[in-house]
Amino acid sequence: MTYEHFAVLIVIVPLMSAFAVALLGWFKRWACYPLTLAALFVSFICSLGILNTVISKGTIHYHFGGWEPPWGIEYVVDYLNGFMLVMLSFIALVVAIYSKRSIEQEIPEKIVPYYSIFLLLVAGLIGITVTGDLFNVFVFLEIASLAAYALIAVGEDGAPMAAFNYVIMGTVGACFYYLGIGYVYIVTGSLNMADLSQLLPNLYHNKAVLVGFALFTVGIAVKMGLFPLHVWLPDSYTYAPSVTSAVIAPMFTKVMAYLMVRIFFTLFKPYFSIDLIPITQILTWVAAGGIIAGSILAIAQTDLKRMLAYSSIANIGYIVLGIGLANRMGLTGSLLHILNHAFMKGTLFLVAGGIMYKMGMRDITQFRGLHKKMPFTMGTFTIAALSMIGIPPTGGFFSKFYLVLGAIDARQWAFIVVLLISSLLNAVYFFRIIENAYLEPPVTAYATDGGTHEEIKRDELPLSMLIPTLILAAGVVLLGIFNERIIAFIIRFAVPASF
Amino acid sequence: MFEYIVSKYNYWVYIFLMMLGLYGMIGKKNLVKKLIGMNIFQVAIILFYISIGSKVGASIPILTAEDLHGSANPLHYMNPLPHVLMLTAIVVGIATTGVALGIIIMVYNRYKTLAEDEILEIRKKSGV
Amino acid sequence: MEIVYSIKPLLAVLVSLIAAPLILLTGERQKNLREFWTILAAVIKFSIVVSMVPLVLDGKIIEYTILPIAPGLLLQLRVEPFGMVFALLSSTLWIATSFYSIGYMRGLNEHAQTRYFFAFAMCLSSAIGIAFSANLLTLFVFYEILTISTWPLVIHKETTEAVRGGRKYLLYTLTGGTLILFSAAMIYSLTGTLDFTPGGFLAGHGTPAMLTLLLITLILGFGVKAGIMPMHEWLPTAMVAPTPVSALLHAVAVVKAGVFGCLRVILYVFGPKVLTDLQLWLPLAYFVSFTILAAGLLALGQDHLKRRLAFSTVNCLSIMILGAALLSKSSITGGILHMAFHGFMKITLFFCAGAIYVKTHKEYVSQLDGLGRQMPLTFGAFTIGAMGLAGVPPVNGFISKWFLCLGALEAKEIVFLVVLLFSALLDVAFFFPIIYKAFFKKPLDDVNPHFDEAPMFMVVPLTVTAIISVGLGIAPDAVVHFFKITTLAVNSILGLGAG
Repeated sequence: MTYEHFAVLIVIVPLMSAFAVALLGWFKRWACYPLTLAALFVSFICSLGILNTVISKGTIHYHFGGWEPPWGIEYVVDYLNGFMLVMLSFIALVVAIYSKRSIEQEIPEKIVPYYSIFLLLVAGLIGITVTGDLFNVFVFLEIASLAAYALIAVGEDGAPMAAFNYVIMGTVGACFYYLGIGYVYIVTGSLNMADLSQLLPNLYHNKAVLVGFALFTVGIAVKMGLFPLHVWLPDSYTYAPSVTSAVIAPMFTKVMAYLMVRIFFTLFKPYFSIDLIPITQILTWVAAGGIIAGSILAIAQTDLKRMLAYSSIANIGYIVLGIGLANRMGLTGSLLHILNHAFMKGTLFLVAGGIMYKMGMRDITQFRGLHKKMPFTMGTFTIAALSMIGIPPTGGFFSKFYLVLGAIDARQWAFIVVLLISSLLNAVYFFRIIENAYLEPPVTAYATDGGTHEEIKRDELPLSMLIPTLILAAGVVLLGIFNERIIAFIIRFAVPASF
Repeated sequence: MFEYIVSKYNYWVYIFLMMLGLYGMIGKKNLVKKLIGMNIFQVAIILFYISIGSKVGASIPILTAEDLHGSANPLHYMNPLPHVLMLTAIVVGIATTGVALGIIIMVYNRYKTLAEDEILEIRKKSGV
Repeated sequence: MEIVYSIKPLLAVLVSLIAAPLILLTGERQKNLREFWTILAAVIKFSIVVSMVPLVLDGKIIEYTILPIAPGLLLQLRVEPFGMVFALLSSTLWIATSFYSIGYMRGLNEHAQTRYFFAFAMCLSSAIGIAFSANLLTLFVFYEILTISTWPLVIHKETTEAVRGGRKYLLYTLTGGTLILFSAAMIYSLTGTLDFTPGGFLAGHGTPAMLTLLLITLILGFGVKAGIMPMHEWLPTAMVAPTPVSALLHAVAVVKAGVFGCLRVILYVFGPKVLTDLQLWLPLAYFVSFTILAAGLLALGQDHLKRRLAFSTVNCLSIMILGAALLSKSSITGGILHMAFHGFMKITLFFCAGAIYVKTHKEYVSQLDGLGRQMPLTFGAFTIGAMGLAGVPPVNGFISKWFLCLGALEAKEIVFLVVLLFSALLDVAFFFPIIYKAFFKKPLDDVNPHFDEAPMFMVVPLTVTAIISVGLGIAPDAVVHFFKITTLAVNSILGLGAG
């Protein structure tokens, strides 16, 4: 078996399986789940193979149909998207394992199309990551977005309206993005990223290039839900089926963050994005606003998923802040946070789904006594929450540490304050939940004999839901402990050499 | 100034259409009208691409028998690539419209109305 | 200094970390097995720590690198004299507290005992980790784990009051944590290292203004746990927790970790040279002196026994920091010794308060009339502890205070001698009325005039700690060589030769 086709198989397999699932589901409904798992598993194996090849042999170039790059479509995998691919396919696989029981309960009549679209979403996201062609990114972006709209729309009461708003906002974002491609194309006549990065430096003062760059930035910012363009995000995450939130929240916005890094630092040379136009500087302030606003809004929520959604907005702020700081430490922190946040948010949404599955509610004021009922689930929640707050040795701490170092290197004291304050705000809204979950149901008075409590029976999630949650939570801790290895072997090379 | 506007009228048209679409998406209360706004927005960009591919006095990019013998002069043909890209974009646009219409049907089945403010009213009443 | 590589420090940390899940899994059903794990871990931990004493006395340093945690930063454990003092203190007292906890928790039939013992084991792990941390980041990692694992203990009673106390505790300590994180990142970006060096490593780095800022943030950060005013508020509030928890907070791990951190900062990060050159030691000394006096005066007004003890702790903690801040040989010796000795005395006092509560449910000083006749052992131990804190020979408190006073003279700052002596007077003023009431006042109606002590599990530990306090006062070098180790630490800090 040759490894060279892995770069394309990782997209093709889920894409084709999406249709296979739809067909097969017509005859045998039960077959959808194993087929989905198999496809995602193949993707995951491919991603490992790709990363391994990148580490041992360097950047992979895959030319579609043998056409040479500036004309043909090219897939390029280097360190930056190599690790993104592993992360995406792994989380997709884990969430897919989890999905069975939750979907059967929440949307029993739509299992077949759900899995089909689920695979389309994954194929789209992986496609965005793997391709080296600007317009190809747009196509995959729309595949992923359309899948995401559909996956959200099947949710509970508010979902269709949330999905419709998302369609409108998302389409505007995508339109800006491909309008940007148009402007860049006018002056260069190329769509290949590597080719463009050679052609563009001579044209950096061209107005069309500047407009194109601005359109890219705005388009991606809308798609990633960067404050203040986030309005579609909270409703979508809240009303979508649990599994949808658990797959979109950790993956979609992260892929957009990846795209931002790609465009800022590969398509355009870093000195363009940093020095020629002060875009990174503007972004840092926007991101800082997002961090604070997201955290404060999260505190105001009583719905667990909505709270997590606002926390996502804050965390997108972290990632963009790291990109905007545009130095080695900042970008390292940013990339590490992409990874960490995917795991933490994945865990948290899986837990939210689990609570929804067992209790049928998400109101955090009613969480009392949950630790007795679901000790393992709440344990994983606590780990992920501690990581969100940034308590060592979980992953979240280290990404924040690098971001703080990045802010120090950039001599941006204000952002250090923002990062530290947001840590505390995170503590406020996560400890509110932990506190509720770990306390007994209210007793009238604390008697000296310890009070009598209603006995709560243990009622843990089924294993098919519990194990994926545990895996992701273990990932949160392992990513923290071994963060130096990840940085030394992968992320170090993903940061542009000029930093 | 006037000359400037007229000479680039195709771009002005696309910008006008885009703004029209944007207004439709933001200003209209009816979901279908919003969707139409979105379509106008997309079409505006498609027109933009079409016009960047075209050249004055050039023809569509089909090689004539004459060209096959000599070397084809690119100046005689429009750039086909943006037009091809727009085939994809049109497909994407149609798909988006389809999904959006599907969602609109779901909304209608649930609330029996398509006016955004009425839906908000209903949702507020039901306490969701 | 000779460096020995050994896994022992890691084992000392891991013992209780392994015990924690065992405790959790054993659970409520097999109480005796669960308590067995606690005791076993405590004994093993103590033996590991003690087994390292001879090496330390030989002037060797034991090192173990767990793993690199960030580029250029290691998660590293290093056993050297100063850390050894803290490790000895907490591992010794853990044994006593474990036995005592069993008596207390069962005596009161407390709820959530499993969680209690679990959190306790986690605390001890992190305390040892703090003691053996080789650099500021490692220390911070364990420090934050300590913060989080203490929280379930503070809210143990789960009353509104306890939950409020827990929130306050988190607010204060997490804020402190972020300040430390900021300082660590700053120092790292200034010097490229965070390794503790006897005598400090900041000399020659940064501007005076920057160093002053860092000292302020670090002292504020660690000072939160060390209860320096005005950050002491959480400490009396946390007194709603069960008594063994208060004992743990005050004597064994938590506040001592704060003091330990402050001392590390003063002596191992900044070092005497920097602090003298920048004239920072004097303001620092005045700052903590204020706390010493104010806390002493506030303690006078407390009727709640545990609150009175809490303010006494605030007072003593600042005395230790004052010792370090004066920067003379004797004062540092006194500060470090007081950190160790205060543990034994204060834990005795808290054990007594707990024993009184379990036996009679009395919490206020005004209710203690004549109780000494009923519980002579308890009040005998209380008297010893109180004498020690007031600095009366032959209890160990005398030795540390003696050195502190000598140190104040060596530093040629008579003001601080006056502060120390006045605080000793205050100690007498707020402890001796209790003893007088208990032994010489006419018993209240509900006091049983005959011998009627608390359960054995409680009386034995408190007697033992009282005896140790006296023993250490007579022979401070007995068994574990507190005094010798302290001298080694002081010599290394001041750059003096061995001996």
